[in-house]
Amino acid sequence: MNKEDYKNIFVFVEQREGKIQNVGLELLGKARELADNLGQEVYAMFLGHNIKSQANDLIAYGADKVLLVEDESLAVYTTEPYTQAIAQLINDRKPSIVLIGSTTIGRDLGPRVSARVNTGLTADCTKLEINEEDKELWSTRPAFGGNLMATIVCPNHRPQMSTVRPGVMQKMAKDTNRKGEVIDCNINFNKDKFKVKVLETVKKEANIDITEAKVLVSGGRGVANKEGFKKLEALAEVLKGEVSSSRAMVDTGIMDHERQVGQTGKTVRPNLYMACGISGAIQHVAGMESSDYIIAINKDKYAPIMQLADLGIVGDLHKILPLLTEKLQQELKK
Amino acid sequence: MNIVVCIKQVPDTTEVKIDPKTGTLIREGVPSIMNPDDKGGLELALRLKDEFGAKVTVITMGLPQAEAILRESIAMGADRAILLTDRKLGGADTLATSYALSGALKELGYDLVITGRQAIDGDTAQVGPELAEHLDIPQVTYLEDCKFDGNKTLTIKKQLEDGYQMVQVDMPCLVSVLASSYKPRYMTVSGIVECYDKEIEVWNVDNIKVEEEKLGKKGSPTNVKKSFAKAVKGQGEVFEVETEEAVNLIINKLKEKHII
Repeated sequence: MNKEDYKNIFVFVEQREGKIQNVGLELLGKARELADNLGQEVYAMFLGHNIKSQANDLIAYGADKVLLVEDESLAVYTTEPYTQAIAQLINDRKPSIVLIGSTTIGRDLGPRVSARVNTGLTADCTKLEINEEDKELWSTRPAFGGNLMATIVCPNHRPQMSTVRPGVMQKMAKDTNRKGEVIDCNINFNKDKFKVKVLETVKKEANIDITEAKVLVSGGRGVANKEGFKKLEALAEVLKGEVSSSRAMVDTGIMDHERQVGQTGKTVRPNLYMACGISGAIQHVAGMESSDYIIAINKDKYAPIMQLADLGIVGDLHKILPLLTEKLQQELKK
Repeated sequence: MNIVVCIKQVPDTTEVKIDPKTGTLIREGVPSIMNPDDKGGLELALRLKDEFGAKVTVITMGLPQAEAILRESIAMGADRAILLTDRKLGGADTLATSYALSGALKELGYDLVITGRQAIDGDTAQVGPELAEHLDIPQVTYLEDCKFDGNKTLTIKKQLEDGYQMVQVDMPCLVSVLASSYKPRYMTVSGIVECYDKEIEVWNVDNIKVEEEKLGKKGSPTNVKKSFAKAVKGQGEVFEVETEEAVNLIINKLKEKHII
């Protein structure tokens, strides 16, 4: 393998039912920055069926070229057709870097592709940078349950592949004046290998996406029960935000998994994160530490969350939240 | 039916602490456990065995002390246990690990290969899909539930962020299982007695047909450039005041930050 043969950054842009997933756009934004540093181009790999009309959006979000692959077998994600398509795009076009969103789909696809093209893959990165000295991709990720950060490199194989969780990178502002090219790509599928059949896809109703919220009122063990949860909801409503939670509340069944923040939940970066009755275990902190402003309310002044919060209030959330909600209502009426 | 479950011994990361002075992990006194997702996978194997009859083999690649989780597996009901251990396997990343395991799997033979979704020390979720690729068999990850038709077809409920998917696949195949999908059974008394009688088979690279240059650190495309403790953000202000005053403090800050 000659490293010089590999250049440009490929981003896998995931769509579900034709809807482009935000993480793909976030990665285009990051790829743009890395590509500008290297003097290379950003390619979006866009796979699906009847999705062509959206390809130009990817240019508006930072892609120079869109590698469009359309096939019936790509309408709903399964491992093998997607792996064949991505592996062929990589083998034909030799990118230096490949980025994939760390969703349930990306985490199924990424390792299958990296093993097929025989290269390394770094999972769930929180930071991607081009090292100024060696011009290699340095990918930093949490390890040991978030207790430690590790910077991983892939020096002798190409492409350098990394996955990034949704919400970690920021997408560019949409610019419909950006120019780019959409390239239709043909894949030589080996359909004998398509062995997994999707019977049905069931969506949970009333989807809320806490990663999109500007304000999150988040509850932990200290919220205790459904009554406590209602106090969070009332405050979130006044602040035009959403309720989220630590793992403790999901395990007790008070909260839905889709509202969970942290290593096994979602990564969020709202303008305001209010941690109520959350101690701040490292697994939780990993999912919210990039929030712009953090307020913690906790009975325990030695709770780890107090170390992280911009404003820490030692006190009883069951008293503070209702009064805060009431006063905010008055305040906003003024 | 031959089921092989790949398991890993991991430090219980919920017990890991950082030395605030040196910024390094304090490993002393941290218990080693069977990785929770793997244990869920073993439970699935044992349920299939209970219902349909199967030979359940567990395999782990690791240091000699990983024998503990193999004995635990036998005490839960596994039939055979393999410890793949060799200095040549040291320092392996996920690609080199999955390659070595694929060599062992080819020796063992299998209808169904089960892995955990991910291990709590690395959280990569890569070894399962990479192993499936080396074996050239289909994979279904994020398994929440699974029905076997008694012949060769599995109908699997697969977790997605926004719901789930029902998929169908024929064996041979690989599935990766979530800890929350199957509550592992306890070890039985007779199992605990038996697990000390039963032999743990210790394999090294001579037992598997693999290319040595693809093993261990040498065979790993990725390596760790550096590791470090997370930078602690500068501490903000902490107040211990009456409720009324606390509320005023919060409102003033929200105004100052233009959040309201």
